[in-house]
Amino acid sequence: MTIDQILFILVAAATLGAALLVVTSRNLIHAALWLIVSLFGISIFYVFLNAGFLAVVQVVVYIGAIAILMIFAIMLTRRVADTPGPRFNSNWIWAVLISVVLFGTISWIISSWPGINGTKPGLVEAFDPVQKLGVALVSPEAYVIPFELASVLLLAALIGAIIVAWERE
Amino acid sequence: MVPISWYLIFAAALFCIGLFGVLARKNAIAILMGIELMLNAVNINLVAFWRYGTPRDISGQAFAVMVFAVAAAEVAVGLALFISVYRRRRTVAADEIDLLKW
Repeated sequence: MTIDQILFILVAAATLGAALLVVTSRNLIHAALWLIVSLFGISIFYVFLNAGFLAVVQVVVYIGAIAILMIFAIMLTRRVADTPGPRFNSNWIWAVLISVVLFGTISWIISSWPGINGTKPGLVEAFDPVQKLGVALVSPEAYVIPFELASVLLLAALIGAIIVAWERE
Repeated sequence: MVPISWYLIFAAALFCIGLFGVLARKNAIAILMGIELMLNAVNINLVAFWRYGTPRDISGQAFAVMVFAVAAAEVAVGLALFISVYRRRRTVAADEIDLLKW
């Protein structure tokens, strides 16, 4: 077992453990904090995969914005965050069943896929994924239209969120 | 060297944990957290296939960036909705928000 594999297993175990705590912990604030741990683990995976830009964006957008927004929302609805009642609905046993069956199915499909043991093709020294991504996002032959649409979507979400959460009268 | 299957199995496990959260949790904000976990699992898959499949072509990362943007928009609108619902009905339990159910 190489050092890569040991690191992978450690980070994967931490991320999955934190994710399990996100969906099971009774206190929502704790769930949000475990979500931050889990998201951080995923950003480490992006580093393993040579996607440095995505690793930074993961920390800035997911941890810095989304997780903090969740904590704000939990605090604004504080009364229900730690009510004693059940944290799962009555169908939770079905949810476990569906999740386990789906995981089994996906694993079976992956194990029957011929490219399963594919290894990383090496990156040439001169290849810079960040520069390539930056050019692709604004070049007309690549992703400029989805990129601009994403900005319109974010603006619409911004205005929509303000209008929906506006306290009238 | 880590084979691609490890990433795929990891992402599948993360997706299923998120799915369990979405299906089983009562609190609507906890359901949103489950959705975040699922979106992250998808992103891991996109980036892993980019790295192992076509690293010369940047599409995998570009798709992941789009998923980031959509996830941010979704969370902003979703949390605004829950705050608004909380203000009117004093609850964010998903089974008590049944105004549209008949």
